[in-house]
Amino acid sequence: MPTSATATVENRIEGTVEDLRELEAGLDHLQEGPAAPRRPAATRVLLPLGTLLALLSLWQLVAWFASPRVDLVPGPGEVLGAAASLAADGRLVEAVATSLQRGVLGFLLALAIGTPLGLLLSASAVLRRGIGPLVSGLQVLPSVAWVPAAIIWFGLTDATVYFVVVMGATPSIINGLLSGVDTVPPQYRRLGTVLGASRAQGLLRIVLPAALPGYLAGLKQGWAFSWRSLMAAEIIAVGGSIGFGLGSLLQQGRDLSSMAVVCCAILAILVVGIVIELLVFAPLERRLLRRRGLAPGAGR
Amino acid sequence: MSIVIENLSKDYGAAPVLSGISTTIETGEFVAVLGASGCGKSTLLNVIAGLEPPTAGSVSVPAGGAAFMFQDAALLPWLTARANIELALELRGIPRAERRERADGLLELVHLSDAGAKRPHELSGGMRQRASLARALGQDRPVLLMDEPFAALDAITRDLLHDELERLWRAHRRTVVFVTHNVREAVRLGQRVLLLSSRPGRVAAQWQIDASVRTDPAAAAALTQDITARLREEIRHHAH
Repeated sequence: MPTSATATVENRIEGTVEDLRELEAGLDHLQEGPAAPRRPAATRVLLPLGTLLALLSLWQLVAWFASPRVDLVPGPGEVLGAAASLAADGRLVEAVATSLQRGVLGFLLALAIGTPLGLLLSASAVLRRGIGPLVSGLQVLPSVAWVPAAIIWFGLTDATVYFVVVMGATPSIINGLLSGVDTVPPQYRRLGTVLGASRAQGLLRIVLPAALPGYLAGLKQGWAFSWRSLMAAEIIAVGGSIGFGLGSLLQQGRDLSSMAVVCCAILAILVVGIVIELLVFAPLERRLLRRRGLAPGAGR
Repeated sequence: MSIVIENLSKDYGAAPVLSGISTTIETGEFVAVLGASGCGKSTLLNVIAGLEPPTAGSVSVPAGGAAFMFQDAALLPWLTARANIELALELRGIPRAERRERADGLLELVHLSDAGAKRPHELSGGMRQRASLARALGQDRPVLLMDEPFAALDAITRDLLHDELERLWRAHRRTVVFVTHNVREAVRLGQRVLLLSSRPGRVAAQWQIDASVRTDPAAAAALTQDITARLREEIRHHAH
């Protein structure tokens, strides 16, 4: 290649560096869309609130129609009264606190057991083939089926409750982690290889962060299973050294034939579920998905 | 220090993908590998990168290995543009204290200084590929392998990135193997164009392209026509 030709080419290129920068900046601005407007927060609060009011009105209406049988269909007023008296004698707070503590502790136990197991299964094809179907089977098995066994093993103690919760939640957490790892685009693993990541680095810096949305979905489901299993266990296993939880309150309402107490307990179970979703999982999920440019589900 | 490919073949089961490829790519050379679909261009790159082993023959790559640029930018979506580059530096063993500054330097190199804190989904396709290019340069390997990196971009952005890539190649003098199915792109960028036949991929023809040809629109257009004609001839073999 003649040197004069090289020189011309390089001059041409040199001359265009500033041009290039300007052109690229122009294109960058043109191609960047305007930021999507965020939905006003008001509707996020007002819409669910409206639904709640509509449901309450409907409930009140039904209660009026059934008014001679308040014992079967208590209205919002009666249930509120029952809640007030339960709150006054401390039973409501005790039940919520006891159940919540067990639910959270049981869920954390399941998390501590399920996460390493999930990692192990995702790393070893042999283990996965051997144990994977069992994990999926356990996920389908209603955890209430463990209650009789747990009572025989552990008696009427808190261990029974925790056992049932852990058996209910762990398979979901394992499967969530597995599906998270399975859906990591193969491109990311190749990228790790190309960037010179060791196996451990690839797992820690690339595969696990990429698997996070699936893992979080598994945790969310794991919590739901914890909470449900806990209620089942508390309804069946009453007495002994087992503390007084929301399931126990539900059972007590039934024993007293008090529909107002039963409704109150159901509502409390529901409210705890909603509060945990709104305060813990929804913000985590929103943050995780927004950072990755994935739109979070409607209404979050 | 050059890439030496000797009698390289690659099969997937019974189907030969690459067959008897031999060529030497000199240090600092820019080679465009051109071919229709199914010619094993990407497989060739993967073998050079060490992502797949060859079935027969050998490939020797200079010590230090190869950086790789994918067709989609392959930026990790949970990291900012800067953090994506910093990850490459970290995996290369650059101490934490230096990473930030070096990543900023690399972003400046591809004119993305203002976009360092943005995440990939907030960047346009061209910006993502520039960030990806900055990451590949950050790997600081003697060889840069590029697998149709601009194929998904619009024509205006692609033209601009051609200029950008040429500028960076002149400044940093990596050995570049650039895979494309676009004849104009091959002529625009390559010092040498390798045409691969399809099924199996063999070197069907090659052209040395002088800088004077690349900068002369008429000469470049004529060569583009020649190469296109030869490429179509290859494709016609598969009509029956």
